[in-house]
Amino acid sequence: MSADGAAPDARLAAALLAVDPAGIGGVVLRAAPGPARERWLDYLCAIWPGQPTPRRAAPSITDHRLLGGVDLVATLGAGRPVAERGLLAEADGGIVLLAMAERLPAGTAARIAGVMDAGEVSVQRDGLNVQRPTRFAAIALDEGLSDDEQVPAGLAERCGPWLILPDVPDDEFDVELPDAAAIVAARARLPSVTLPPAMLEALCATALNLGIDSMRVAGLAARVACAAAALHERATVDADDAACAAQFVLAPRARRLPPSPDQAPPDDAEAPEPPDDGDARDEASEPPPDTPTESNQGPLPDQVLAAATAALPPGLLAQLQALQLLGGARTSSAGRAGAQKVGRQGRGRLCGARAGTPGGNARLSVIDTLRAAAPWQALRRRQQADAEPARVLIRREDFRVRQIKQRTQTTTIFVVDASGSAAAHRLAEAKGAVELLLADCYVRRDQVALIAFRGRKAELLLPPTRSLVRAKRRLSALPGGGGTPFADALDAARALADSVQRRGDLPIVIVLSDGQANVARDGSGGRARAAEDAQAAARQFAAQGCRTLFIDTAPRGSALAVGLAADMHARYLSLPQADARKLSGVINAAVRIRD
Amino acid sequence: MSRPTPRPAPFPFSAIVGQDEMKRAMLIAAVEPAIGGVLVLGDRGTGKSTAVRALAALLPKIEVVTDCLYNCAPAHTAGLCGHCTAGGTLPAAREVPVPVVDLPLGATEDRLIGALDLESALVRGTKRFEPGLLARAHRGFLYIDEVNLLEDHLVDALLDVAASGENVVEREGLSVRHPARFVLVGSGNPEEGELRPQLLDRFGLSVEVRTPDDLPLRVEIVRRRDAYERDPLAFAAKWKRAETQTRKRITDARARLPQVTVPDAVLEWASRLCMRAGTDGLRGELTLMRAARAVAALDGHDIVTLEDLRLIATSALRHRLRRNPLDDAGSTVRVERAIAELG
Repeated sequence: MSADGAAPDARLAAALLAVDPAGIGGVVLRAAPGPARERWLDYLCAIWPGQPTPRRAAPSITDHRLLGGVDLVATLGAGRPVAERGLLAEADGGIVLLAMAERLPAGTAARIAGVMDAGEVSVQRDGLNVQRPTRFAAIALDEGLSDDEQVPAGLAERCGPWLILPDVPDDEFDVELPDAAAIVAARARLPSVTLPPAMLEALCATALNLGIDSMRVAGLAARVACAAAALHERATVDADDAACAAQFVLAPRARRLPPSPDQAPPDDAEAPEPPDDGDARDEASEPPPDTPTESNQGPLPDQVLAAATAALPPGLLAQLQALQLLGGARTSSAGRAGAQKVGRQGRGRLCGARAGTPGGNARLSVIDTLRAAAPWQALRRRQQADAEPARVLIRREDFRVRQIKQRTQTTTIFVVDASGSAAAHRLAEAKGAVELLLADCYVRRDQVALIAFRGRKAELLLPPTRSLVRAKRRLSALPGGGGTPFADALDAARALADSVQRRGDLPIVIVLSDGQANVARDGSGGRARAAEDAQAAARQFAAQGCRTLFIDTAPRGSALAVGLAADMHARYLSLPQADARKLSGVINAAVRIRD
Repeated sequence: MSRPTPRPAPFPFSAIVGQDEMKRAMLIAAVEPAIGGVLVLGDRGTGKSTAVRALAALLPKIEVVTDCLYNCAPAHTAGLCGHCTAGGTLPAAREVPVPVVDLPLGATEDRLIGALDLESALVRGTKRFEPGLLARAHRGFLYIDEVNLLEDHLVDALLDVAASGENVVEREGLSVRHPARFVLVGSGNPEEGELRPQLLDRFGLSVEVRTPDDLPLRVEIVRRRDAYERDPLAFAAKWKRAETQTRKRITDARARLPQVTVPDAVLEWASRLCMRAGTDGLRGELTLMRAARAVAALDGHDIVTLEDLRLIATSALRHRLRRNPLDDAGSTVRVERAIAELG
């Protein structure tokens, strides 16, 4: 989508959301904080009936604040438990802004998604048992810079439109947007809007053609189409509405290009024109290509598909084309963030409370303190006649502090040489070892990551994960061959180890290589430069101070590898013919030895 | 809000398109609660939670002792809670819908297992036990969405009770025990993380759901969902007959279940299958047999056939295989292979 067209289009999505917040769920708004995002949000708030203040939730929000719990102050004042509403219940009928949604832990995202599904918050906390109906629109503010940081998949899926805003809004573009009155009118009209079967079929076909599996998404597209019809004062959804839904909901989720041979995907920048002007769409649907959808050969699905294709974000388009060249292997976009974030739950987990005084690291567990004090109230009141009747009498021995179990997760980072001819063999062993380690790593609460290096650079193939499903998917797509950019690989490993350490976890790096670097840091060839760079990288790596194992895969062990291992302060092992099982055994042993 | 108030009527079970394996597993759990729960894993947006909630609405009501906090059954004198056995005579009863209790991810442990009732302690200074979700789920279903994201301390509490069928609470000076037998239903997406093997073992059946890639089917799914969301009551009315039929199928099967027999040959086949597929322990055989009996009862047969067994074998065994990461075939394929080998 061109930068010019993006802003007004995106605000139209805000209007649609305001028309049917419960049906559309929310919006994933990928944008840097800045005027464009502010303008979008301002518009959303301005047209929202009742103009409620949006509730803002940070990724670190606690369950207490999110879902509700016992209000301590009121409880102490009243002398009986007083419930406090959580943010999601407070936002009923309004907007929840999820700031930095790409950093939202998977568990928190799942709680929000559950509330959106049920239409109520089920508070089963602190002795409370209440259901609070709530309907809100979730705006996931995605500030992720790379594709590694994405809004948790379960939540993103429940948000209809996915929008990408440009950094700078353009003011010269003055589009007429629906105002608050139009939204109110559209809301009134919405229940009577009908969705013809042909339109529904067109949306489903488009979703299928773009490789979108989830049935929920097709449903969301249908809701968006209905909202668009209501907004344009139509009683029936027409092709423009369906096209609009395809643009906002289906196109950004595309996993593959539509399989229509005639309609070669336009690869120049002009192609993704805003499909609002009828010409572009007519042109696209004019040559009726023999689409593989058997059921409906009519122009409608093509029209919707054309709109969706035209709205594909340029970056995604290029990525999808590249994937198609590779034979449709789904790698980077398969299985969005979700899984990455499982391990990022914080510093430890709550495991009950114990008696003790708060202070230092010990935080008061309010509810358990109250519980401890509760049974004694009648007794204490009798002893202490002058106490105000409504007050809870808390003594020092009642204090309970939260017990948090710190656990250090180990993240095993494999750095695998995928270069040259022997790569295929070594890779297979490394893959096998990774899977073997994963199989029992759940028990040990460990994570595994994989960096492969070949050709000109190293690549993070598997971000730290515990999921076997995800690992298998990533591993199966690992190619081999090319040069040996050893320095780049060590730099990548150091960066990853650093991020693991910052998270409070323990990185263990396993390098599988013969150490024969032949690609320098800048990607140029030449053994001498490459070896120099590799040595420098190895020394820098040593400064990271994490436990490292260098497994030499050269047939007879190489002096180069021995030298590099020494520079890296790594344990050196020559294992020319290790199979996966032996490898994982050695690694397991190495991991357990405490230096 | 344009939407009516939440959950006026759940989506009818009979109106769920496709997903036969999941529906069958749910029906089996409804007929034979001893099966030990159903785990539904699969893609997002495949109607996992819809099916669970739909099943709840479908089940015939149960009789419980009036005023009992734990849904005790008046007909059975064994396994009653302290409150119900105190009187000496059979207590009065009333009919209630089968409890389906949601365990939300954000729940705290005290609400799961029960704890001191804060209100009566604060206001009246009395010790009173406030039963938790486990008590409410007795004789019904306990549903956990995104079960693989459930926090560990909740899983621990749950495992203990699911195994023993009894909840023992020793906290805050309280000492309470009450029956808590329920069908555990969990759903989740395997990409979000693995499930602990101990918890996995508690589920009798495990089904995998996938989104259909057939266009007419997909259109039908979205169409029904849309119709339901627009007017849940009208939609429910339209499916009332089908729902009544399914309910009758369940009650008939329940009545038939005690007289369904398993021939020795079939039992032997089940054992051979478990050995060949490499399952741990005897739970596989037991589940296989119970599930096959429920299948036979649902189909109105009195004798379990090999067909019944084949139908349910994958669901009963796929989560019990020892993991073999080098075998790239998924566990489903491995069970199917074992079935094919046995013939």
